[in-house]
Amino acid sequence: MFVLVVGAGRVGSALATSALRDGHTVSVLDEDPLSHERLDVELGRSWEEAGGRFTIGTALEVDALLEAGIEESDVFIASTNGDNTNLVVAQIAQRRFHVRRVIARVLDPRRAAWYDEQGLQTICPTQIAIEQLERAALAEL
Amino acid sequence: MAGLYVIVAGAGKVGWNLARELLEKGDEVTCIEQDRRRYLMVEQELEHAVQYGDATELWVLERAGIQRADLVIAVTGDDEDNLLICQVAKEKYLCERIIARVNNPRNLDHFNLLGIQPAVSATDLILRLIEHEVPRYGLVHLLNLPEERLEIIELVVSEDATAAGRAVADIGMPEGALVISVLRSGSGFVPKADTVVQAGDEVLVVLDPGIEEDITRLFVSDNGRA
Repeated sequence: MFVLVVGAGRVGSALATSALRDGHTVSVLDEDPLSHERLDVELGRSWEEAGGRFTIGTALEVDALLEAGIEESDVFIASTNGDNTNLVVAQIAQRRFHVRRVIARVLDPRRAAWYDEQGLQTICPTQIAIEQLERAALAEL
Repeated sequence: MAGLYVIVAGAGKVGWNLARELLEKGDEVTCIEQDRRRYLMVEQELEHAVQYGDATELWVLERAGIQRADLVIAVTGDDEDNLLICQVAKEKYLCERIIARVNNPRNLDHFNLLGIQPAVSATDLILRLIEHEVPRYGLVHLLNLPEERLEIIELVVSEDATAAGRAVADIGMPEGALVISVLRSGSGFVPKADTVVQAGDEVLVVLDPGIEEDITRLFVSDNGRA
Protein backbone atom coordinates (compact mmCIF):
# COMPACT_ATOMS: atom_id res chain seq x y z
CA MET A 1 0.00 0.00 0.00
CA PHE A 2 0.97 3.63 -0.41
CA VAL A 3 0.93 5.17 3.05
CA LEU A 4 1.12 8.95 3.50
CA VAL A 5 1.95 10.16 6.99
CA VAL A 6 1.42 13.86 7.70
CA GLY A 7 3.26 14.92 10.83
CA ALA A 8 6.20 12.81 11.90
CA GLY A 9 6.54 13.33 15.63
CA ARG A 10 6.99 10.31 17.89
CA VAL A 11 3.82 8.60 16.74
CA GLY A 12 3.99 9.49 13.06
CA SER A 13 7.64 8.56 12.62
CA ALA A 14 7.26 5.24 14.46
CA LEU A 15 4.30 4.37 12.26
CA ALA A 16 6.16 5.44 9.11
CA THR A 17 9.23 3.33 9.89
CA SER A 18 7.21 0.23 10.75
CA ALA A 19 5.15 0.61 7.59
CA LEU A 20 8.36 0.89 5.56
CA ARG A 21 9.82 -2.20 7.26
CA ASP A 22 6.63 -4.06 6.39
CA GLY A 23 7.31 -3.34 2.72
CA HIS A 24 4.82 -0.57 2.08
CA THR A 25 5.53 2.55 0.07
CA VAL A 26 5.79 5.32 2.63
CA SER A 27 5.78 9.07 2.17
CA VAL A 28 6.15 11.52 5.06
CA LEU A 29 5.12 15.18 5.07
CA ASP A 30 6.35 17.42 7.86
CA GLU A 31 7.17 21.10 8.15
CA ASP A 32 10.20 20.46 10.35
CA PRO A 33 13.37 19.01 8.74
CA LEU A 34 14.29 17.67 12.18
CA SER A 35 11.62 15.01 11.88
CA HIS A 36 13.61 13.62 8.96
CA GLU A 37 16.51 13.00 11.34
CA ARG A 38 14.18 11.22 13.72
CA LEU A 39 13.23 8.86 10.90
CA ASP A 40 16.89 8.16 10.11
CA VAL A 41 17.64 7.43 13.76
CA GLU A 42 14.66 5.16 14.22
CA LEU A 43 15.49 3.27 11.08
CA GLY A 44 19.23 3.07 11.77
CA ARG A 45 20.04 4.30 8.26
CA SER A 46 19.01 6.98 5.79
CA TRP A 47 15.25 7.20 5.27
CA GLU A 48 15.64 7.74 1.52
CA GLU A 49 18.18 4.94 1.10
CA ALA A 50 15.66 2.64 2.71
CA GLY A 51 13.15 3.72 0.07
CA GLY A 52 11.13 6.26 2.03
CA ARG A 53 9.89 9.58 0.69
CA PHE A 54 10.08 12.83 2.60
CA THR A 55 8.53 16.21 1.78
CA ILE A 56 9.01 19.39 3.77
CA GLY A 57 5.83 21.39 3.82
CA THR A 58 2.74 22.49 5.68
CA ALA A 59 -0.16 20.08 5.91
CA LEU A 60 -2.81 22.52 4.69
CA GLU A 61 -0.90 23.47 1.54
CA VAL A 62 -2.42 21.47 -1.29
CA ASP A 63 0.83 21.72 -3.27
CA ALA A 64 2.70 20.03 -0.43
CA LEU A 65 0.10 17.26 -0.22
CA LEU A 66 0.36 16.71 -3.96
CA GLU A 67 4.15 16.63 -3.83
CA ALA A 68 3.95 14.08 -1.04
CA GLY A 69 1.81 11.90 -3.29
CA ILE A 70 -1.69 12.21 -1.84
CA GLU A 71 -3.23 11.31 -5.19
CA GLU A 72 -1.57 7.87 -5.17
CA SER A 73 -2.20 7.24 -1.48
CA ASP A 74 -4.23 4.31 -0.22
CA VAL A 75 -3.81 5.25 3.42
CA PHE A 76 -3.61 8.74 4.89
CA ILE A 77 -2.54 9.34 8.50
CA ALA A 78 -2.96 12.81 10.04
CA SER A 79 -0.63 12.82 13.03
CA THR A 80 0.68 16.36 13.48
CA ASN A 81 0.76 17.76 16.99
CA GLY A 82 -2.39 19.82 16.36
CA ASP A 83 -5.87 18.31 16.61
CA ASN A 84 -7.33 21.03 14.45
CA THR A 85 -4.78 20.60 11.69
CA ASN A 86 -5.34 16.84 11.75
CA LEU A 87 -9.12 17.17 11.54
CA VAL A 88 -8.98 19.61 8.65
CA VAL A 89 -6.30 17.86 6.61
CA ALA A 90 -7.95 14.46 7.12
CA GLN A 91 -11.22 15.82 5.76
CA ILE A 92 -9.36 17.24 2.77
CA ALA A 93 -7.83 13.81 2.13
CA GLN A 94 -11.26 12.22 2.44
CA ARG A 95 -13.45 14.62 0.52
CA ARG A 96 -11.12 16.20 -2.01
CA PHE A 97 -8.69 13.40 -2.77
CA HIS A 98 -10.93 10.45 -1.90
CA VAL A 99 -8.15 8.52 -0.17
CA ARG A 100 -9.55 5.08 0.66
CA ARG A 101 -8.45 4.95 4.28
CA VAL A 102 -8.08 8.16 6.28
CA ILE A 103 -7.20 8.21 9.97
CA ALA A 104 -6.81 11.30 12.15
CA ARG A 105 -5.13 11.41 15.52
CA VAL A 106 -7.23 13.61 17.81
CA LEU A 107 -6.26 14.19 21.43
CA ASP A 108 -9.58 15.75 22.46
CA PRO A 109 -11.84 12.76 23.30
CA ARG A 110 -15.18 14.45 22.69
CA ARG A 111 -14.31 15.74 19.26
CA ALA A 112 -12.62 12.47 18.37
CA ALA A 113 -15.87 10.70 19.18
CA TRP A 114 -18.05 13.17 17.29
CA TYR A 115 -15.97 13.19 14.12
CA ASP A 116 -15.80 9.40 14.26
CA GLU A 117 -19.61 9.33 14.28
CA GLN A 118 -19.58 11.63 11.26
CA GLY A 119 -17.59 9.06 9.29
CA LEU A 120 -14.03 10.26 9.83
CA GLN A 121 -11.98 7.56 11.50
CA THR A 122 -10.18 8.98 14.55
CA ILE A 123 -7.72 7.57 17.06
CA CYS A 124 -7.75 9.25 20.46
CA PRO A 125 -4.60 8.56 22.52
CA THR A 126 -6.12 10.45 25.45
CA GLN A 127 -9.11 8.14 25.56
CA ILE A 128 -6.84 5.10 25.39
CA ALA A 129 -4.71 6.48 28.23
CA ILE A 130 -7.80 7.21 30.33
CA GLU A 131 -9.08 3.68 29.90
CA GLN A 132 -5.72 2.08 30.68
CA LEU A 133 -5.25 4.30 33.71
CA GLU A 134 -8.71 3.48 34.98
CA ARG A 135 -8.01 -0.21 34.67
CA ALA A 136 -4.61 0.12 36.33
CA ALA A 137 -5.67 2.48 39.08
CA LEU A 138 -9.03 1.03 40.00
CA ALA A 139 -8.21 -2.68 39.86
CA GLU A 140 -8.93 -4.46 43.13
CA LEU A 141 -6.08 -4.38 45.60
CA MET B 1 -36.11 43.34 15.29
CA ALA B 2 -35.22 41.47 18.45
CA GLY B 3 -31.51 41.26 19.16
CA LEU B 4 -29.56 38.18 18.14
CA TYR B 5 -27.46 35.94 20.30
CA VAL B 6 -24.04 35.95 18.70
CA ILE B 7 -20.95 33.94 19.62
CA VAL B 8 -17.68 35.46 18.45
CA ALA B 9 -14.71 33.10 18.58
CA GLY B 10 -11.48 35.04 18.95
CA ALA B 11 -11.04 38.41 20.65
CA GLY B 12 -8.28 39.75 18.48
CA LYS B 13 -8.67 43.10 16.74
CA VAL B 14 -11.46 41.80 14.53
CA GLY B 15 -13.33 39.87 17.21
CA TRP B 16 -13.11 42.54 19.87
CA ASN B 17 -14.36 45.32 17.59
CA LEU B 18 -17.06 43.09 16.18
CA ALA B 19 -18.29 42.21 19.68
CA ARG B 20 -18.31 45.86 20.68
CA GLU B 21 -20.30 46.91 17.59
CA LEU B 22 -22.83 44.12 18.02
CA LEU B 23 -23.30 44.99 21.71
CA GLU B 24 -23.90 48.61 20.78
CA LYS B 25 -26.54 47.50 18.30
CA GLY B 26 -28.30 45.71 21.13
CA ASP B 27 -27.35 42.14 20.34
CA GLU B 28 -26.31 39.69 23.03
CA VAL B 29 -22.72 38.63 22.53
CA THR B 30 -20.29 36.13 23.97
CA CYS B 31 -16.73 36.46 22.80
CA ILE B 32 -14.36 33.55 23.41
CA GLU B 33 -10.61 34.10 23.76
CA GLN B 34 -8.02 31.42 24.44
CA ASP B 35 -5.06 33.62 25.28
CA ARG B 36 -5.22 34.38 29.02
CA ARG B 37 -3.53 37.78 28.81
CA ARG B 38 -5.61 38.92 25.89
CA TYR B 39 -8.74 37.71 27.67
CA LEU B 40 -7.93 39.70 30.81
CA MET B 41 -7.40 42.82 28.73
CA VAL B 42 -10.62 42.48 26.76
CA GLU B 43 -12.55 41.50 29.89
CA GLN B 44 -11.92 44.94 31.38
CA GLU B 45 -14.16 46.39 28.71
CA LEU B 46 -16.51 43.60 27.67
CA GLU B 47 -16.86 42.13 31.20
CA HIS B 48 -19.17 39.10 31.19
CA ALA B 49 -19.50 39.24 27.39
CA VAL B 50 -16.10 37.58 27.03
CA GLN B 51 -15.17 34.09 28.22
CA TYR B 52 -11.78 32.46 28.57
CA GLY B 53 -11.28 29.21 26.65
CA ASP B 54 -10.44 27.40 23.44
CA ALA B 55 -13.45 27.77 21.17
CA THR B 56 -12.57 24.62 19.26
CA GLU B 57 -13.43 22.58 22.38
CA LEU B 58 -17.04 21.53 22.56
CA TRP B 59 -17.50 22.21 26.27
CA VAL B 60 -16.28 25.78 25.80
CA LEU B 61 -18.84 26.36 23.04
CA GLU B 62 -21.53 24.76 25.18
CA ARG B 63 -20.61 26.90 28.18
CA ALA B 64 -21.04 29.92 25.92
CA GLY B 65 -24.52 28.67 25.04
CA ILE B 66 -23.99 27.58 21.47
CA GLN B 67 -27.28 25.65 21.52
CA ARG B 68 -29.23 28.89 21.49
CA ALA B 69 -26.89 30.98 19.29
CA ASP B 70 -28.43 32.63 16.23
CA LEU B 71 -25.05 33.33 14.72
CA VAL B 72 -21.53 32.01 15.23
CA ILE B 73 -18.64 34.07 13.92
CA ALA B 74 -15.16 32.52 13.94
CA VAL B 75 -12.45 35.16 13.60
CA THR B 76 -9.39 33.68 15.25
CA GLY B 77 -5.99 33.96 13.59
CA ASP B 78 -6.03 30.24 12.76
CA ASP B 79 -7.89 29.05 9.68
CA GLU B 80 -8.13 25.46 10.96
CA ASP B 81 -9.76 26.72 14.15
CA ASN B 82 -12.22 28.94 12.29
CA LEU B 83 -13.11 26.12 9.97
CA LEU B 84 -13.75 23.58 12.73
CA ILE B 85 -15.61 26.00 15.00
CA CYS B 86 -18.00 26.76 12.16
CA GLN B 87 -18.25 23.11 11.19
CA VAL B 88 -19.37 21.95 14.63
CA ALA B 89 -21.61 25.00 15.05
CA LYS B 90 -23.38 24.10 11.84
CA GLU B 91 -23.35 20.31 11.87
CA LYS B 92 -23.37 19.41 15.57
CA TYR B 93 -25.30 22.29 17.12
CA LEU B 94 -27.39 23.05 14.01
CA CYS B 95 -26.69 26.76 14.18
CA GLU B 96 -28.27 28.22 11.08
CA ARG B 97 -25.92 31.11 10.49
CA ILE B 98 -22.16 31.05 10.57
CA ILE B 99 -19.44 33.38 9.33
CA ALA B 100 -15.82 32.34 9.09
CA ARG B 101 -12.74 34.45 8.69
CA VAL B 102 -10.11 33.22 6.26
CA ASN B 103 -6.65 34.46 7.19
CA ASN B 104 -4.76 32.92 4.31
CA PRO B 105 -6.76 33.24 1.06
CA ARG B 106 -5.13 30.04 -0.15
CA ASN B 107 -7.21 28.21 2.45
CA LEU B 108 -10.47 29.43 0.94
CA ASP B 109 -10.77 26.18 -1.03
CA HIS B 110 -10.82 24.21 2.22
CA PHE B 111 -13.71 26.28 3.56
CA ASN B 112 -15.66 25.73 0.35
CA LEU B 113 -14.85 22.02 0.37
CA LEU B 114 -16.34 21.62 3.84
CA GLY B 115 -19.32 23.83 3.09
CA ILE B 116 -18.32 26.64 5.44
CA GLN B 117 -19.87 29.76 3.97
CA PRO B 118 -19.68 32.67 4.02
CA ALA B 119 -15.94 32.61 4.47
CA VAL B 120 -14.57 36.14 4.57
CA SER B 121 -11.01 36.92 3.64
CA ALA B 122 -9.69 40.43 4.29
CA THR B 123 -7.13 39.97 1.54
CA ASP B 124 -9.90 39.08 -0.85
CA LEU B 125 -12.01 42.05 0.21
CA ILE B 126 -9.14 44.44 -0.37
CA LEU B 127 -8.42 42.85 -3.75
CA ARG B 128 -12.06 43.38 -4.63
CA LEU B 129 -11.84 47.00 -3.52
CA ILE B 130 -8.82 47.47 -5.74
CA GLU B 131 -10.87 45.97 -8.55
CA HIS B 132 -13.63 48.45 -7.77
CA GLU B 133 -11.35 51.48 -7.58
CA VAL B 134 -9.15 50.43 -10.50
CA PRO B 135 -11.41 48.36 -12.74
CA ARG B 136 -8.72 46.71 -14.80
CA TYR B 137 -11.06 44.25 -16.43
CA GLY B 138 -14.08 46.49 -16.74
CA LEU B 139 -16.00 44.23 -14.42
CA VAL B 140 -16.63 44.42 -10.68
CA HIS B 141 -18.31 41.71 -8.62
CA LEU B 142 -20.76 43.46 -6.32
CA LEU B 143 -22.52 40.42 -4.96
CA ASN B 144 -21.78 36.76 -5.23
CA LEU B 145 -24.14 34.19 -3.72
CA PRO B 146 -23.01 30.83 -5.14
CA GLU B 147 -25.55 28.85 -3.09
CA GLU B 148 -28.43 30.94 -4.35
CA ARG B 149 -26.83 30.92 -7.81
CA LEU B 150 -26.97 34.68 -8.04
CA GLU B 151 -24.44 37.29 -8.94
CA ILE B 152 -24.52 41.04 -9.52
CA ILE B 153 -21.74 42.70 -11.48
CA GLU B 154 -20.96 46.28 -12.40
CA LEU B 155 -19.58 47.21 -15.81
CA VAL B 156 -18.54 50.46 -17.42
CA VAL B 157 -19.77 50.54 -21.02
CA SER B 158 -16.87 51.24 -23.32
CA GLU B 159 -16.85 53.37 -26.47
CA ASP B 160 -16.89 50.69 -29.16
CA ALA B 161 -18.80 48.01 -27.25
CA THR B 162 -21.76 46.18 -28.80
CA ALA B 163 -24.10 47.64 -26.18
CA ALA B 164 -23.08 51.28 -26.67
CA GLY B 165 -25.80 53.19 -28.48
CA ARG B 166 -28.29 50.31 -28.40
CA ALA B 167 -31.60 49.94 -26.60
CA VAL B 168 -31.52 47.37 -23.79
CA ALA B 169 -33.84 45.08 -25.77
CA ASP B 170 -31.45 45.09 -28.76
CA ILE B 171 -28.21 44.30 -26.93
CA GLY B 172 -28.81 40.57 -27.22
CA MET B 173 -28.44 39.71 -23.55
CA PRO B 174 -27.94 35.99 -22.99
CA GLU B 175 -30.51 33.91 -21.14
CA GLY B 176 -30.13 34.31 -17.39
CA ALA B 177 -28.98 37.93 -17.33
CA LEU B 178 -30.79 41.21 -16.79
CA VAL B 179 -29.71 44.86 -16.71
CA ILE B 180 -31.17 46.14 -13.43
CA SER B 181 -29.72 49.61 -13.17
CA VAL B 182 -27.92 52.25 -15.21
CA LEU B 183 -25.78 54.94 -13.62
CA ARG B 184 -25.29 57.98 -15.82
CA SER B 185 -23.68 61.30 -14.83
CA GLY B 186 -23.91 60.50 -11.17
CA SER B 187 -27.48 59.27 -10.90
CA GLY B 188 -29.01 55.87 -11.38
CA PHE B 189 -32.26 54.63 -12.86
CA VAL B 190 -33.93 51.35 -13.70
CA PRO B 191 -33.80 50.92 -17.47
CA LYS B 192 -36.73 49.92 -19.66
CA ALA B 193 -36.53 47.81 -22.80
CA ASP B 194 -36.17 50.93 -24.97
CA THR B 195 -33.60 52.68 -22.78
CA VAL B 196 -30.52 53.37 -24.90
CA VAL B 197 -27.26 52.43 -23.22
CA GLN B 198 -24.45 54.93 -23.76
CA ALA B 199 -20.70 54.64 -23.61
CA GLY B 200 -19.54 55.66 -20.13
CA ASP B 201 -22.70 54.36 -18.44
CA GLU B 202 -22.19 52.13 -15.43
CA VAL B 203 -24.59 49.24 -15.67
CA LEU B 204 -25.52 46.72 -13.01
CA VAL B 205 -26.32 43.26 -14.31
CA VAL B 206 -27.84 40.42 -12.31
CA LEU B 207 -26.89 37.04 -13.74
CA ASP B 208 -26.54 33.32 -13.24
CA PRO B 209 -22.98 32.47 -12.23
CA GLY B 210 -20.65 31.46 -15.03
CA ILE B 211 -21.78 33.77 -17.81
CA GLU B 212 -19.75 36.88 -16.87
CA GLU B 213 -17.61 36.41 -19.98
CA ASP B 214 -20.61 36.63 -22.33
CA ILE B 215 -21.86 39.78 -20.60
CA THR B 216 -18.46 41.44 -20.52
CA ARG B 217 -18.09 40.86 -24.26
CA LEU B 218 -21.26 42.89 -24.91
CA PHE B 219 -20.47 45.87 -22.69
CA VAL B 220 -16.70 46.16 -22.76
CA SER B 221 -14.63 46.22 -25.94
CA ASP B 222 -11.40 44.24 -26.16
CA ASN B 223 -9.41 47.45 -25.73
CA GLY B 224 -11.30 48.23 -22.55
CA ARG B 225 -10.43 44.87 -21.12
CA ALA B 226 -6.69 45.14 -21.74
